[in-house]
Amino acid sequence: MDRKFRERWFMLLMGSFLVVYIIWPLAGMFFRADWGLVVSTSRDSVVVGALWRSIWTAAAATGIIAIFGTPLAYFLARQDFKGRSVLEAVIDVPIMVPHTVAGIAVLMAFSPKAPAGAMLVKAGLSPVNSHLGIILACMFVSIPFYVDAARDAFHGVSPRLENVSRTLGASFPHVFFRITLPLAKRGLVSGLIMSWARGVSEFGAIVIIAYHPMVAPTLIYDRFATFGLKYSTPIAVQLILVCLGMFVVLRVLVSGKRRDGAGS
Amino acid sequence: MIRLADLSIDLGEFVLDNFSLSVDKGEFFMVVGPSGAGKTVLLESIAGLRHPSGGRILIGGRDVTGLPPERRRVALVYQDYALFPHMTVEENIRWGLRFLRDPDPGHVEGLFRLLRLERLLERSPDTLSGGEQQRVALARALAVKPSVILLDEPISALDPRFREDLQDYLSRINREGMTIMMVTHDFNEVLSLGHRVAVIVEGSLQQVGDVKTVFREPANRLVAEFVGMKNLFPSSVKGRRACLEGGVSLVLNGQQRVGECLIGIRPEDVMIGGDLLEDTENVFSGRVVSIVPRGMAFEVVFQVEDLRLTGRMLSSALVREDVHPGGECRVGFCPEAIHVFKGDNPI
Repeated sequence: MDRKFRERWFMLLMGSFLVVYIIWPLAGMFFRADWGLVVSTSRDSVVVGALWRSIWTAAAATGIIAIFGTPLAYFLARQDFKGRSVLEAVIDVPIMVPHTVAGIAVLMAFSPKAPAGAMLVKAGLSPVNSHLGIILACMFVSIPFYVDAARDAFHGVSPRLENVSRTLGASFPHVFFRITLPLAKRGLVSGLIMSWARGVSEFGAIVIIAYHPMVAPTLIYDRFATFGLKYSTPIAVQLILVCLGMFVVLRVLVSGKRRDGAGS
Repeated sequence: MIRLADLSIDLGEFVLDNFSLSVDKGEFFMVVGPSGAGKTVLLESIAGLRHPSGGRILIGGRDVTGLPPERRRVALVYQDYALFPHMTVEENIRWGLRFLRDPDPGHVEGLFRLLRLERLLERSPDTLSGGEQQRVALARALAVKPSVILLDEPISALDPRFREDLQDYLSRINREGMTIMMVTHDFNEVLSLGHRVAVIVEGSLQQVGDVKTVFREPANRLVAEFVGMKNLFPSSVKGRRACLEGGVSLVLNGQQRVGECLIGIRPEDVMIGGDLLEDTENVFSGRVVSIVPRGMAFEVVFQVEDLRLTGRMLSSALVREDVHPGGECRVGFCPEAIHVFKGDNPI
């Protein structure tokens, strides 16, 4: 056995407690789930609808975050200025705030009585108990996950690469799209995954602004409250399968791309 | 080709102030100074990557102070090469061609040959050695036919065995007509490559001039220390004689200014032994204080009355004259080797 490894086995021993702590409950749920019920609920249009709604609303929220968050992350990675740490702390606030509180805050900001909500209503959009409401709640909780990851990704791209391409004749947009983005891609995609995953798993904030239409976590809670554990577990199992599937697919895609990029 | 007029650059911790110098077309111009003197920032300012806080930059007679980097036709090569890791060698070199109005494919092929890159074109930059990466970075810069290339310490980071190689490439590129401005902290590189040199110490331009002149006749103590003129003595000069503190008297080369001033002698000009010293009047008896190896040569410190004289000599000379620490030996230098500083302040 590797000498270094022998010296570190104690660390591993301690740390493995946490790994087991993640795997144990999830695995237990799979083993004890009533698979007959899992299959039959997967044909239930309400369940399928809720799962699908979770997937696309989280994706929509992540898309909006990417549009506005990418420039923000680039700015944070490149510009040194007074108050940057304050701005970075503000971006991380959604991680600290209890999700129900986040939900209440978003609801108050976008309720038809508030100016922003009134504007949306005027435009024919309903921010409460709607898909829009779900997206608004998802956005709030997902922002830090994308922006932080994207900032770190841009930080890993040497400004010298950008400088050199400028002196070779490229304009700033050209450099950004041809040099910076491709080199930051892995970190950016990983941020997108995190942001999306956060949206899919959101319950507290969503349930306050939009109990209906139900996303998967709301449906799971609803079934748990009305019918008990037996009937909520099958949906939970499906949600986990969907999330893990998505997670694995995206990770494989990204790491595959990296091998192309590093091509030897 | 490049003219900097009263350029000021704010570096945060200090300021490069009121900088004026000009680089001629086809010249190999060196900027030298200790690490952290703001040399990279100077290059970035000329390339348009930083805004100077004052003054103007002219390239080829055109005022480019307000122009973005892509419109200056100045190529910058960084010390760490800054090759695009997601592209092959060839894609790296061809990156700038798409922005040229009339790309010349023959020119790039010529660069592949000149820099011996033909067999590396399909490789990824991270599989190359330092010397190869530097050649790719050079080719990438030259491919866009810039009017000048700026080199940021291109040699210092290389393995010693690649250094001479790269020096040869650089002087060949320069002989073919390219104007080069190169920063370095190593005066040896200046001696082997540069035509003229600017010395920056402590944020200000100390001296600009012919490389040999700066080497032999530094403008002040800071430059003298930087170019390795180790023997600096305050003295009072009268006619052809310089009296040093402690009473040692030296014969100078020709009539010099009268008064208190600093004189300097390069360690390479200090000689030992009988034969070599017959023709010079500045011969003393010295005691050897220490002998320290410095690369191929040895640095020998002699005590001559109250003076400490540092010489640089080859081991053959040390063996011939039986020089050993504590031993006595005859030591001296020609009157021509003594540089009398022009500045008024001898300290």
